[in-house]
Amino acid sequence: MNQEKMDLQLWNYIDGRANQEEVSFVESMIVTDAVWRNKYKELVEVNQVLKTNVELEQPSMRFSKNVMEQIVGLQPAKATVKYINKNIIRSIAAFFILTITGFLVYTFSTVEWVSTSGASPLPFDLNKLNPGQLNFSKLMSSKWINIILMVNVVLALMLLDNYLRRKKRSSVEN
Amino acid sequence: MHVDPSDKEVITRVLQGEQKAYEVLVTRYQSFVFTMAYRYTRNREDAEELAQSAFVKAYRCLSDYRGDAKFSTWLYTIVSSLCLTFLRKKKLTIHSLDHASVFEVADRVDSGMRANIVEEKSKIQLVNDAIALLKPDDAKVLTLFYKGDQSLEEIGLIMGIEPNNAKVKLHRARQRLKEKMQQYFAVEVEEFIQS
Repeated sequence: MNQEKMDLQLWNYIDGRANQEEVSFVESMIVTDAVWRNKYKELVEVNQVLKTNVELEQPSMRFSKNVMEQIVGLQPAKATVKYINKNIIRSIAAFFILTITGFLVYTFSTVEWVSTSGASPLPFDLNKLNPGQLNFSKLMSSKWINIILMVNVVLALMLLDNYLRRKKRSSVEN
Repeated sequence: MHVDPSDKEVITRVLQGEQKAYEVLVTRYQSFVFTMAYRYTRNREDAEELAQSAFVKAYRCLSDYRGDAKFSTWLYTIVSSLCLTFLRKKKLTIHSLDHASVFEVADRVDSGMRANIVEEKSKIQLVNDAIALLKPDDAKVLTLFYKGDQSLEEIGLIMGIEPNNAKVKLHRARQRLKEKMQQYFAVEVEEFIQS
């Protein structure tokens, strides 16, 4: 068993956070194994030192007076839960979901899924490719472009959401 | 016999308009809030300013305190968040073990008058000097657990992490504290063991 795992088990035992099974295991190890016994004694001493010797810093004598002076004229703000109605948040979420779904449904419903025989979906003949002949307006109005754009918008929103969540999590952990 | 009012009783009175009652909470928690801020700023003026801001913010948001957790846990969450914002704004790097100021503290502790220090330095000073050498997060978790009367679940809430992660953080903080004591105060620790 590695050192860190042993330390953690001993700390769990000392802090009273070990379950019955862990308690029995640690107690038996302390009795039978000198390494565990010595480590246990050492950690108990560290715990005792911390319990009795950690001191708090004291602010200036005027601290509480300063705080009380700063809140003169202020009132506790209304509780957030009271003025942010959950139904409003749900309605906004529903609006966005319905809008995105509506766009997707509309776009997919207007697509001609079966291509006309022999006709190329491209607005130019690949065999006679000449940049001057390209019809970009036909390309840009294509239903496929719309679909791709819509899917990209949805993916971008998902990525943004993911990024913001990660950023928030990492700032909390740091 | 006079019994101090509970936090919840005081909060109810404050929310009913008795602003003066808030001073009870300020006095009760000022040392702890100040210590937490000081662990981050390492500067008394900044710590005092941050601690005062925390109490003012807590007062402004008092209606949001639902009573699910202890008032102290809720208050320390505010302090913790203000400290992180302060560090970001000031663009201070969190003091690491390699940071020059750590060595400055260690030198101050270690310099001159060693003979006298060994005699005069109490165990309390040793432990607190060693805590001052730790990273703010380590110092915070130790202070919350041993002085703030916060469980690992509550520390998790304050730091925005799972209780299991809080447990590991606490374990590592104790480990690092022990290392610091051995590294910088070996002589003094030896003296205490022998005495």
